[in-house]
Amino acid sequence: MIDFDPSTFGLAHTYQKEDKDEINTLALPSAPQVIYKTLNGPTQINGGNKLTNFKHGTTTLGFVFKEGILLAVDSRASMGSFLSSEQVRKVIEINEYLLGTMAGGAADCQYWLAYLANHCRTYELKNGSKLSVAAASKFLQGILIGYRNSGLSMGCMIAGTDTTGQHLYYIDNDGMRLKGDIFSVGSGSTYAYGVLDNHYRYDLSLNEAVELGIRAIYHATHRDTASGGVVRVYHIHKDGWTKVHDGIDVVDLHYQFAKQKGLVGDGDEAKQRLF
Amino acid sequence: MSYDTALTVFSPDGQLFQVEYAMEAVKRGLCCVGVRGKDAIILGVEKKATSKLQDVKTIKKVYQLDHNLCMTFSGLNADARILANQTRLQCQQYKIYYEDDPSVDYIAKFTSQQQQKFTQRGGARPYGISTLIAGFSNNKPKLFQTDPSGACSEWKATSLGKSAKQVKDFLEKHWREGLHEKDALLLTTKALMDVVESGNKNIELCVIRKNECWFLNENEVEELTKITAQLQ
Repeated sequence: MIDFDPSTFGLAHTYQKEDKDEINTLALPSAPQVIYKTLNGPTQINGGNKLTNFKHGTTTLGFVFKEGILLAVDSRASMGSFLSSEQVRKVIEINEYLLGTMAGGAADCQYWLAYLANHCRTYELKNGSKLSVAAASKFLQGILIGYRNSGLSMGCMIAGTDTTGQHLYYIDNDGMRLKGDIFSVGSGSTYAYGVLDNHYRYDLSLNEAVELGIRAIYHATHRDTASGGVVRVYHIHKDGWTKVHDGIDVVDLHYQFAKQKGLVGDGDEAKQRLF
Repeated sequence: MSYDTALTVFSPDGQLFQVEYAMEAVKRGLCCVGVRGKDAIILGVEKKATSKLQDVKTIKKVYQLDHNLCMTFSGLNADARILANQTRLQCQQYKIYYEDDPSVDYIAKFTSQQQQKFTQRGGARPYGISTLIAGFSNNKPKLFQTDPSGACSEWKATSLGKSAKQVKDFLEKHWREGLHEKDALLLTTKALMDVVESGNKNIELCVIRKNECWFLNENEVEELTKITAQLQ
């Protein structure tokens, strides 16, 4: 933010300096001074160095309903065709009333969401009141616009509760910020949207919403190779957030849902239906 | 050795003389009053024309910082203008960063921070004004006072400048919690009229409500002073 520095007034050489009308300029939010080095030149959208070529391999989703907000995420991390982890935590607990989801570059998401957490805490201490979800997401957008074209890769959702209710925002590395009721981000998002859009209603009960979130993530992990692992589910309500499920294995879910459909799994599905 | 010519030198008994002298400038400034009611805050200032040729109604001493945030002052006019412009800019800056309106606390702290900056660096003098900042936060009315030392405090009703003590005594006797807008307005006008030279052209009044600021024009002020004169 603008800093009016009195020490410039007394110095003789200020008169020779260009008379910048500092007092009347409206500075855009400036990115914090962090040295950001790119590996082998700017990140390319397709191809490029495999280590910096993030393809948003993930599925995360969030939706607003009458009991608050439900977030459901998968837990797979891949580096190209190599599976680096099946147990990643893609929901970042910013503070007791804000959650962020991770899609794209894990490092970028983790760092900037931690930075946001730090900023929220400092603001709370300095001003005696908590930052609203709108303000926190706006602040993050300000940072990402500052780093536009620098190769950051982030498609995250900020969800939280404040005095005006529960709100869900989508923020990405281009600096876009959208407020909405249903979002799904990542390579598996199209599959998740299919299930979500089919069954979403605002007046879902908590159990129905959790079931919907789990199902949507399962279907995404089933068809998208870059999504998998376990499903983690969080619920945001007026008193903060609760972790509903810490990790349901999608493989278990697959057999669970198959059983519900009456499939026995002996490999002869067609015969089952004929007789 | 004189301890009062440089800002950055403490005197042996722990005073910053330049800051004290700045507060002296405030004490000699024209009177201003702020009164917090239940659903509105009233700011009133004394205006004085330096000569008969000056058009008093073009002197505006209550600065609007945001759509429901106003500031008035006692002390050096020019310093107030600069500080008000910086604070106005900060209000908009906050909106770009955070999308919400800044709270009155935040703006009052910012203003007092600006004033404090100039008490700690060489080459510049402190701002010669104390300000009254009024607005709504979380639907609650708030009135803050800042002074040249950078101190910031919240008040129910206060006054600055010449005859501040007299006005404060009056306010202490007559202010009560939960004043309606009309009553607060009458209280402010009465308080000011006691110390200001007679004539409605010498008072400027502003009512800050939850979502807007009402700057009373000449006729409204005249009407108000007539009503107040009849009251006792």
